[in-house]
Parts: sequence; structure tokens; C-alpha cells
Amino acid sequence: MAIIEAWHKLMDILPFAWTHYVFMKNALLAILLITPLFAILGTMVVSNRMAFFTEVLGHSALTGIAIGVILGFHDPTIPMLLVAVVLAVAVNLLKDWTKASADTVLGVFFAFIIALGIVILSRQGGFVKYTNYLIGDILVVEPKQIAWFFLIGMVVLLYWYAAGNAIILASVNTSLARSRLINTFLIETSFTILLALVVIISVRLVGILIINSLLILPAAASRNISRSVYSYTILALVISIFSGVSGLIASYYWGTSSGATIVLFASVFYAISALIGRRLRV
Amino acid sequence: MRNTCEHCCTKIENLTVKFGGNIILDKVNLHVNCGEVIAVVGPNGAGKTSLLKTMMGELPYQGKIIFRVEGRVSKKPRIGYVPQKLQFDPASPVSVADLVASAISYHPVWTGVSRDLLVKVKNVLSLFSAEHLLKRRIGELSGGELQRLLLAIAMTPEPELLLLDEPASGVDVKGLSLFYRIVDDLRKKHDIAVILVTHDLVGVSNYADRVILLNRSVIAEGEPKDMLLNEKLVKAFGPMLWNISCLPVLTTKEKSKNGNH
Repeated sequence: MAIIEAWHKLMDILPFAWTHYVFMKNALLAILLITPLFAILGTMVVSNRMAFFTEVLGHSALTGIAIGVILGFHDPTIPMLLVAVVLAVAVNLLKDWTKASADTVLGVFFAFIIALGIVILSRQGGFVKYTNYLIGDILVVEPKQIAWFFLIGMVVLLYWYAAGNAIILASVNTSLARSRLINTFLIETSFTILLALVVIISVRLVGILIINSLLILPAAASRNISRSVYSYTILALVISIFSGVSGLIASYYWGTSSGATIVLFASVFYAISALIGRRLRV
Repeated sequence: MRNTCEHCCTKIENLTVKFGGNIILDKVNLHVNCGEVIAVVGPNGAGKTSLLKTMMGELPYQGKIIFRVEGRVSKKPRIGYVPQKLQFDPASPVSVADLVASAISYHPVWTGVSRDLLVKVKNVLSLFSAEHLLKRRIGELSGGELQRLLLAIAMTPEPELLLLDEPASGVDVKGLSLFYRIVDDLRKKHDIAVILVTHDLVGVSNYADRVILLNRSVIAEGEPKDMLLNEKLVKAFGPMLWNISCLPVLTTKEKSKNGNH
């Protein structure tokens, strides 16, 4: 908490109107912690063609909230996490057992999980109460949550350091990875659980509807112009952090939703990189 | 052909693999000695790839697979594997250096490939006429270049058994003969056992010690020159065998006539 107070003091030095508000100071710190996480995880989500999976993961938050309501949880974070982690493991198991295309398995889960969430939450017309989860609000972030982001950020970094190479090999060919004694099921499952964690703890801030774009866009933009894993990662980080900070500041001046504004900035980066990439590769 | 198994070999006895009620492999017996190149041929769906995957421990099976390394039975031998096709996105940013480095080193490549590691990667690639590919993205490689890259990875560290799945598919004739020559060289220098699944019977006949016709079980087995005339092989493939067998020869002549590679 002392670090957060120091951060607040540091922000006071800046000569901008928006840096005087505590909620903006916290929001900026949260953005600086979340966006690198999303960028790093996003690189592998895009490489492993898991964009649909993370979309389902984001939407599973609805069911998590619903189950939280039924069980009488005041804060739905824990049921949300449980639903997302169970979903992540179930999808991996089903993929392994049925050998069905991931698309089909996910399509089934997607329909079921959203329907279940909406049915429970819409009882007696109560769904409106939960719409803030759909759009998200980064300005409500609290110091305690920021501490969580920091902790999970460290976990992701350690995981990425230890398992990054295995994930790359598995993304190119699972049999190739297995021939090098990599347990691909363990790698894929642990990666999806980590994704579930990061998506769920940020979904209240970014919003169910757009959380996936934040994961996909920086990596997809970086992919257009990268020629190595290193440049892919670094560019995704830069694009993610830059979109995050500029989107947050723009949303303050425009009076718009921060999450959606950040996604718009990232989309612009994607468009630019697609154009540059076309020139580089044609 | 050596039949003893004193020093190192792979023995497959009564191997049966079932999947979803279908019998994929039925009582397969196979014996591979070190330094031997075995070509496995057979129609599509004959269980050739499943045989390799079972040997790698990916599919549950009945029967025995015994690996003997340096005179002792080994449960987990080092297996080098070159997959048939890679289903990666051609736009993938992964470079040749990234792929090799991530396979041979624990240092995470997303933090960059250090100079020392790059030298190691270059050395590995140079043994397979692939050092010039270092900075290329894997999506930019031709079929033959990709095969050599995968072979370089499969050979580092040196395996006890090398499994090659359809190295001929998607590779031009020049690339293919370079690939066979490298494999032949490896077998001679390092005395490793090679199992090669292929459709290109004529192409491998100069390099393989034995050819095995597989269609769920071993239908016929023998030296390449005999197998080319084997009745069962002709029956199994039908008249297609001769088309497949003659194709690479014709293509070589035609292409050299046209001055292409």
C-alpha cells in the first residue's frame, strides 16, 4: 500500500488536470499492470488460435456472477474464477477426449454458458443490475485489486519464463513438442488456467464485451510486422501499454467508457500494422 | 541385415492399437537395429503415422515396445521426430532461430536469443545445410527447408531412434534427395536407427535397408530391390504403386530436361 501512496505522490508532480483525481491515479496504475499481462498472454492466444476460447472465457463471467448470486456471495470474484477455471479445464479435457475441432467444442460451451448466466440473472427482470459487467469500469479499481494485479503479474512472468519455450514448440506442433518430452496437456491446461485467472480478475474493469479485444488486438497487430518471437513480444507490449494509457486519458477528456476507448486505440494500431505488414511482405 | 539385439535396437512385439472401436494396428511385429533405415510403406489409413505415434508413447497400446540402448532396456529413449505436416499459421512470427533455440535451450526465446545461443543454433543448422535460414520466419520456408529444419531439431541432442513421417510430401525432388543423403549420412556417422514412413518407394530404395509394407499389420517385409517386385505390395497399392514408384524417376528426368530443380 505504501507503494500505491508513493505512486499517488509521483502522479501529483505531473501538470495535468486528470492526474489530480485518485480514481485516475489508481486506474493508470492498474492499466500499467494489466496491459503488459494481456500483451504477453495475447501473443500465445493468437499463436495458438485461441481467440474464440478467450471470448468464451470472458463471457463465462456472467455465469460466475449468476452462481455467486444464487449462493449469496457479496463479491462474485470467487465464483467467477471457479466457473472460468472449470470451463478452461473442461474444454481442454473435451478436446483431448473427443478429438473434435476446438471450434465445435467451444461453440457448444459458448451457447450454454451465456444462456445459463442470462437465465439466472434475468429472473424477474433483474438483468439490468449487471450490465456494468458488460461494459466494465476501470475507474472503480481499488488499491487491493491493484495489489492482486501485481501478484498475478509476477506469476505470469515466472510462468512465461519457465514455460515460454514449451508453449512455442507446442504451438508449432504438439507431436514435435511431445517428442521432446514436453507434457503438452499440462502446458495447455496450465496456460488456460492462467488465462482464466487474468481474464476474470480484470473483467469487472474492462467489461465482458471487450475484454477479448484487449487480449487479441495488441498481439495481432504485432504479429503483422514481427519477424521473431522477441519482436513479437516487445511490440505487443508496447502497443498494449500505449493503447491502454492513451485510451484511458482520452476517455477522461471524451467522457467515454475507458475499456472501449482503449480497444479503439488498439484497433487503430492493428489497422496501421496491417498496412505496414502488407508492404513488408508483398 | 543384423538380427541380433545385443547393443541397441527397438523391438515391437504383437503391437495392437485400437481407437474408438476401430483396430488401427493389429499385432504388428517389427525389429529395428541401430544404424538401420527402415522404410514403412502402405496405403492411406494403413496406420503408418499411428505406428510412429505409438512408439512415441502418444497412443495407448497392447503388446510390447522394447527399446534397448547401450545394452540396457530403456523406458524413455531419446526419440527424434520429424512430423508429416506442421499446422502452423504461415504468418507466424516464429523464426528459424526461435524454433531451434526453444527446442535446444531452456532460456526463454521471448526475451531474445543471446549471441552464444545463436552460435549454437547456427552450428546445429549448419550440419543440415540450413544455416542460411537462421533469420527467416518458419512460414517462409519451402517444404524441403522446413524438413531439414525439423530434422536438425530432431537430431539435437542426438536421439537413439529417429522417426520420419512422410518426408517426401510437399518437398521437391532436389530437396528430397538432399534430405535422404543427410539421413543416410547420419545413420552412418551416428549409428542411429531410422524409421521412415513414406510413399516414395523408389526414392528411398537407395537408402533403406528394409522396406515394410504395413496395412494394419505387417503384410510383407524385405530388401528394397525385392520389395519393388513384391506381389503383395502391388496388390496392396494396386496399379497405383507403379504410378507412385515411377513418378519420382520421371519427374527427375523431366525436371532436369527443363532445367528446373
